[in-house]
Amino acid sequence: MLSRDEDILKAAEDWRKGGRGVALATVVETWGSAPRPVGSNLVIDDRGNFLGSVSGGCVEGAVVTEALDVIESGKPKMLEFGVADEAAWNVGLSCGGTIRVFVEKVD
Amino acid sequence: MNLGILTALNAERVARRAAVVVTDVGNGKQRLVKQADVAGDPLKAVLEKRIRMAKSGMEETPQGRVFLTVHVPSPQLVITGAVHISQTLAPVGQLLGYDVTIVDPRTAFASIERFPDVKVIAEWPDVALPPLGVDHYTAFVALTHDPKIDDPALLHALARDCFYIGALGSKKTHAKRVARLKEAGRSDADIARIHAPIGLDIGAISPAEIAVAIMGEITVRLRKKNEDATSSFPSPEKGGSERQRRSGEGSS
Repeated sequence: MLSRDEDILKAAEDWRKGGRGVALATVVETWGSAPRPVGSNLVIDDRGNFLGSVSGGCVEGAVVTEALDVIESGKPKMLEFGVADEAAWNVGLSCGGTIRVFVEKVD
Repeated sequence: MNLGILTALNAERVARRAAVVVTDVGNGKQRLVKQADVAGDPLKAVLEKRIRMAKSGMEETPQGRVFLTVHVPSPQLVITGAVHISQTLAPVGQLLGYDVTIVDPRTAFASIERFPDVKVIAEWPDVALPPLGVDHYTAFVALTHDPKIDDPALLHALARDCFYIGALGSKKTHAKRVARLKEAGRSDADIARIHAPIGLDIGAISPAEIAVAIMGEITVRLRKKNEDATSSFPSPEKGGSERQRRSGEGSS
């Protein structure tokens, strides 16, 4: 983990106060093996810069794309990512879990 | 998240106070509950438990489904005595997620060779401790056996309401310590907060085993709700007699 949570939330505050459009993504639920615990944050700005992680790299790209939408519309989104196929867990894929991520605009 | 909530949350974090953001997942509405306001909150029981476990998550409430983002300060472990036990206690504490600092004015003990990966301050407690921000999210352990070092540090830990305070020494040593602390003006209730003999009774013999016993006892204080229904961790205003431990614990 490169960034501690406090850095991420401080960045969210600083970026917003600096005039950028900002969204905050939070892992709110996990099932199976999830790489990042509930409460993990990713902060995204309106140019696609981001800090933190919600999955250790697996779904950050998709979250950033959705976050840009959220920044524009102002409407929060609940995203779900996962591998539905149970066989994927059985062979021990590390990213075989499901996570739900809440993305909200900071305003 | 509203920028005002985010700013207030970050202020709480900088001040090392617990806070929870309550998000209604139905409508996205949010509010911030500061530690000081938990007791008067409709979700009091849930908030207290979540803060104690430092665990974010979903909860079903009479008002609907909410997500609780729990923010608690990272715990720190402050040790007086760069002694043999500390050589295990410090790395174990680090593994468990504590920011560890060792204070020992005796430079022969407080050497980088003995503690290559730990913050060691070779100063007396009156110099070393104030800048460390010892607070309720701090476990304090006195291991030097030297009253000149341990006593002022224990007084500091009591004044700062550490969630765990432990001191090495036999019952006899501790009886003498109690007498000195009383002379220094501390109440029986305060002194009862000191875990001595230190550590869970796991039959520890070696310094490393004693370190494990101490870390186990710290974990109990961190995570378990007290028998008298007072959580040790999230309530800095609580203290004194409510923290009395069961008698007969301890291994050294």
